Amino acid sequence: MDKAALIVEIPRLRRYARAMLGNPAAADDLVQDTLERAWSRLALWRVGSDLRAWLFGIMHNLRVDQLRRSSVSMTSIDEEEIDVPTRATQNDQLEMRDLESALRQLPDEQREILLLVALEEMRYEEIAATLNIPLGTVMSRLSRGRERLRQIMDGRVGGNLPSANLRVVR
Amino acid sequence: MSQHPITEHDIQAFVDDALSESRRLELAEYLEVNPDEAERVATYRAQKEALKALFQPVLDEAVPDRLQQFASAPAAVDVRKRPFLARWSLERIAAGLLVALLGGVAGWLAHGQYSPVDSLARMSPLPRQAAVAHVVFSPDVRRPVEVRAEQEDQLVAWLSKRLGTPVHPPKLGALGYELIGGRLLPGNTGPVAQFMYHDVSGQRLTLYVTTENAVSNDTGFRFAQEGAVNVFYWIDGKFGYALSAGIDKGELARVATAVYDQLERQ
Repeated sequence: MDKAALIVEIPRLRRYARAMLGNPAAADDLVQDTLERAWSRLALWRVGSDLRAWLFGIMHNLRVDQLRRSSVSMTSIDEEEIDVPTRATQNDQLEMRDLESALRQLPDEQREILLLVALEEMRYEEIAATLNIPLGTVMSRLSRGRERLRQIMDGRVGGNLPSANLRVVR
Repeated sequence: MSQHPITEHDIQAFVDDALSESRRLELAEYLEVNPDEAERVATYRAQKEALKALFQPVLDEAVPDRLQQFASAPAAVDVRKRPFLARWSLERIAAGLLVALLGGVAGWLAHGQYSPVDSLARMSPLPRQAAVAHVVFSPDVRRPVEVRAEQEDQLVAWLSKRLGTPVHPPKLGALGYELIGGRLLPGNTGPVAQFMYHDVSGQRLTLYVTTENAVSNDTGFRFAQEGAVNVFYWIDGKFGYALSAGIDKGELARVATAVYDQLERQ
């Protein structure tokens, strides 16, 4: 592993961390911790194996540690701090905010899998290996996560959305 | 229609285009006659696209300097300039050392139940311990050592007493490295010593000395790399030695040879 190889992975680590945590500063802290731990665990990385999967695995473990340490702080939702990327129209923007809020309401382990599938386009087997869980668990969390997200977006559950009043009805 | 029943796994895999072509066609047929399921699949696909679009902009953001810094090996980063969190991480490394120590103690307590190879495998290997100790202590500006070279007699007497065997820091002045001093550290099963040297440019080098080697397996020089830290190590009787520095392999080999020669003559 060298610096150049690592630099290439940083934007993707940041995107995933941002999607997982919402808060940009906390997300970058997590990326920083991941890079640090990667260096300290260098001996455990097998040359020729997938660096990206290894890094995502480290990030996952760090996050699990964080959640274990404090069951409160990592789940706070501060709408002001969520940096919502914007697209062309206002409707889109509102929908995006809605999606982001809905995403926050998913249990961590479901959100994680949804994001690895959607953002990283990892294969199910890769996700199972990276998170060190059985393939069946990946599939059931993916299935439940997608369904829950659909229900939240449809307004069937999660009426306590902070941005529920911003929902766009077509 | 296929003989194989359609499973939830198939539905998800259809959304993610992860099915074989033949199975994909079977799913497409199934969805044509099951509009509710078709709608669900369409929604999941839209979700996936929306998530991508939502976070795509992060990829185009400039990577903050502090993260760029961390793409380099820790020893290459100047500790004084690192943010608080980063310095805190040194404490975590130190905590890691403690865990290694406890692991070592556990290994020792359990060693009656395991073969030597088994219990050795549970311990942190010599070059790794040495490299971590190097990374933890060598960037320290104010207190890199516990006892400074000015009290070399005291240093030698103290470390020899604690390790239970005479240990002397080799003299590397001829190679441009002066002794700064030394410290006592926890190893896998007991105390180990670290001697620190520096050259005129401030480049630091540490010699890690353990007396924990219980198995007679003398080695020649071995080389390991931990991040930006290069390590030469060898085992001689009960002693294990590891020389660590962020300098290139050739230069470190030269110093390691000198250290080895002096220790042989003792």
